[in-house]
Amino acid sequence: MSARLATVSGAEYAGILGVGSYRPTRLVPNAELVDAIDSSDEWIQQRSGIRTRRWAGDDETVVSMGVAAAQRALEHAGVDAAQVDCVLVATISHLMQTPAAAPLIAHQLGTEQAAAFDVSAACAGFCYGMALASDMVRAGSARHVLVIGSEKLIDITDLTDRSTAFIFADGAGAVLVGPTDTPGIGPVVWGSDGEQDELITQRENWKSVIADPDPQMPHLVMQGNAVFRWAAFTMAKVASQALEQAGLTVDDLDAFVPHQANMRITDAMARAMKLPDRVTIARDIAEQGNTSAASIPLALDRLVAEGQVSSGDTALLVAFGAGLAYAAQVVTVP
Amino acid sequence: MTSTAPASEDVRAALADIVNEVAGIPVEDVQLDKAFIDDLDVDSLSMVEVVVAAEEKFGVTIPDDEVKNLTTVGDAVAFIINAKG
Repeated sequence: MSARLATVSGAEYAGILGVGSYRPTRLVPNAELVDAIDSSDEWIQQRSGIRTRRWAGDDETVVSMGVAAAQRALEHAGVDAAQVDCVLVATISHLMQTPAAAPLIAHQLGTEQAAAFDVSAACAGFCYGMALASDMVRAGSARHVLVIGSEKLIDITDLTDRSTAFIFADGAGAVLVGPTDTPGIGPVVWGSDGEQDELITQRENWKSVIADPDPQMPHLVMQGNAVFRWAAFTMAKVASQALEQAGLTVDDLDAFVPHQANMRITDAMARAMKLPDRVTIARDIAEQGNTSAASIPLALDRLVAEGQVSSGDTALLVAFGAGLAYAAQVVTVP
Repeated sequence: MTSTAPASEDVRAALADIVNEVAGIPVEDVQLDKAFIDDLDVDSLSMVEVVVAAEEKFGVTIPDDEVKNLTTVGDAVAFIINAKG
């Protein structure tokens, strides 16, 4: 017999209630890594817009950085950890297959056994998490959801690889998503393209590493120009679709916060989308480097902290990376 | 080549506009004998932007493998005319 099940319902609208970030203490200028890749400060700046990046020390882990960023997001929101029902952590550099980073972070934050899991969507992970969190709040499976991006990419970066060594960096950012009076997170436009999996990938799988008599860390490898082409143009279209899905045009935008992959990608996207000059463009990468899933909340937090955006402003987020997974949505700045 | 192929000067001028927009190079510098990288200082990432903009402008496909053969503006103009023809 088919019994009728009770259901729950959620909030009518969801939005970002607070944002926070954690930047590792160690600031690394280009000069410190150019010798290993036979490059120069000028070349790196010209190719990527990166002047410095932050690398985490031994005591700065995916979990500890995620906790610090989430605490700041909770403070910004004025919400206690006990009110958090779910913790989502977007990461590819928590080097434990299981358990995930999220339950550890949820515990250290002092949540009351919040649901917790990691999202493996590489650089797109934060926007994937935002989409899930928004839907959870609106469907009633959670009232407050922490979405955290935390990465320690230094552990999986080959510092002698000319195409990646100067790009990848470490840090964490977080937002608290919860019920709002008006729509604060627009519809997500997302997808993946596994046919192009080789463009950004871990060099080999762990089992092959262990079988090797002289095992090496399977670092990230990337085909820069092909990624540039895909990211700058295909992703500009995805970002424009997210605007359209939210019922907006570029004239409604206050800020553009793309994944901080490379300043040249950001510039090319802005050109392709014909963003008006008055739209604030996040350029956190210049100081912070590319922190994969952490880059959007880090960049958003900087814009908020520096007063470059105000509460209630409209920001377009777009994230893209290995997979090739991508996601974009419009949000209201907390 | 058929009559549908655009004239070389029209393609060069349109390409010059694209190079100007992407890399800020004066349009009058973008001549057939000029090499993108060595003469015009268009780096490989800007070259990708130029190629994608040219694809949209002329309705042609320029595969990644082909881009490395397009050393000069003349090479690119010839490729586009050939692809359109």
